[in-house]
Amino acid sequence: MLRVDNVVAGYTDVDILHGVSIQIDKNEIVTVIGPNGAGKSTLMKTIIGLTKFRGGEILFGGESIVGMRPDKIVRKGMGYVPQERNIFPTLTVLENLEIGVFVDRGCLDENLGEVLRIFPELRGRLHQKTGTMSGGEQKMVAVGRALITEPALLLLDEPSSALSPKLRDLLFQKIEAINETGTAITMVEQNAKKALAISDRGYILEMGKNRFEGEGKSLLEDADVRGLYLGG
Amino acid sequence: MIDYLVTILLIAGIYAIFALGLNLEWGFTGLLNFGHVGFMAVGAYTTVLLSMNNGVPLLLSVLAGMVLAGLLGAFLGIPTLKLRADYLAIVTIGFSEILRYLLLNEEWLTNGPIGLCGFPRPFQDLVPIQSYNLFFLVVVLSVLVIIYSGIELLIRSPWGRVLKSIRENEEIATSLGKHVFSYKVQSLALGSMIAALAGSLLAFYLQYINPRNFMPIETFYAWIIVVLGGSGNNKGVLLGAVLFWGFFSGSRFAQEYLPLSPTQVGSMRVMFIGLMLIILMMFRPQGILGKKEELSLER
Repeated sequence: MLRVDNVVAGYTDVDILHGVSIQIDKNEIVTVIGPNGAGKSTLMKTIIGLTKFRGGEILFGGESIVGMRPDKIVRKGMGYVPQERNIFPTLTVLENLEIGVFVDRGCLDENLGEVLRIFPELRGRLHQKTGTMSGGEQKMVAVGRALITEPALLLLDEPSSALSPKLRDLLFQKIEAINETGTAITMVEQNAKKALAISDRGYILEMGKNRFEGEGKSLLEDADVRGLYLGG
Repeated sequence: MIDYLVTILLIAGIYAIFALGLNLEWGFTGLLNFGHVGFMAVGAYTTVLLSMNNGVPLLLSVLAGMVLAGLLGAFLGIPTLKLRADYLAIVTIGFSEILRYLLLNEEWLTNGPIGLCGFPRPFQDLVPIQSYNLFFLVVVLSVLVIIYSGIELLIRSPWGRVLKSIRENEEIATSLGKHVFSYKVQSLALGSMIAALAGSLLAFYLQYINPRNFMPIETFYAWIIVVLGGSGNNKGVLLGAVLFWGFFSGSRFAQEYLPLSPTQVGSMRVMFIGLMLIILMMFRPQGILGKKEELSLER
């Protein structure tokens, strides 16, 4: 479904990614982990078209999306939830969700039902300003908003950051529930153990390059990976 | 006294329309336009030149000014709106000054510093001259109602929600499939058209225009009105316009009570407005009717 092949990319004049390759198949959950500065968030931004691309290839559904505008990529069926400041605080929950929609009203009603099925916590609070909600609730709004266009692939940048352990577990359950509806998920995570435990496969990046890759469970059990990236 | 009130309301009404255009750009989209007055000048001069020399019907000349200003807004936006917010500010203030110098120097067209007068006003043959201002107040207020309701409808529409989402966080708006750049250009073009409309009304009210009517300070009067009333709040803009012009005109009477020359009183008024703004920023930065969380400073 998505193939990132030997990508070099970064910001105005610094490259962060020096040849990263990852692949996501239909219905998979794939986690990308790595130390700070490894280029995990940059990888997400590069896939959705928000960085300066300098080399390699990205294929989405067999079609090259290199150099395509983010809004076009989103319309091709990709959703993206940034790590921080990912809601519009002065808008209500419903308005935040509506921004995600770009087709007709009927589709909104239908997909809104689906989003609320996954996040029943938002049901009674559609008219609350999101700026007044807790961090966990805001995260649900941000993920729900990306889901409203029914993306085939959802990119999550550190979905569990700044959440309490309890909320983190809840969010990972939600991610599995979203995956069960047929949405492939790629996430970047600091909470590597939890994330790998629900992932089909994982990649480890370091200094903008691929370091390890493998099935989620086998990475969790690999002695080197444990020692280097999972804190023993 | 009634005449005096009518004049204040007229000028406040025209500036309310002018500032509503700026509020669409700044208050709802987060665009920093420091050359709003340039588009007002485009509206005023286009309307006057077309109707006076070429006999184009007034309504058409007003529309022509708006279209030209909208195109110029888009033209300025296209190279700058992909850059950081401050570039738009620099380019627009430059544009408004270049335009003013053009108006000042292209005498064959604009009559230079002497300006233009004796141009037609709407329904001037039907309304007796003594009550023309009162009639024109009704015109201005009707236009104001239309512009106000139009903008209110727009900002509640999906289009307006996207503008607000751009104000709050451009990158997320982009990653949700919005072509942010094109929305910004649209907002700037529409705001400029509204400024042009205010310019045409100003010309009809003054019956005489010259480049000195379009100094950069006029842009900042609009900014004061928006900031005073509350950025992103159209009701606030109406209130701001009335308060600003109420004070600006009312303070003329201070002359009688102060041992100062008229020039000194004039400067005192401007100083006082500055002081009021500083106090407002200290105690109520969101303006009188604005919402604190809508302050788009952190970007």
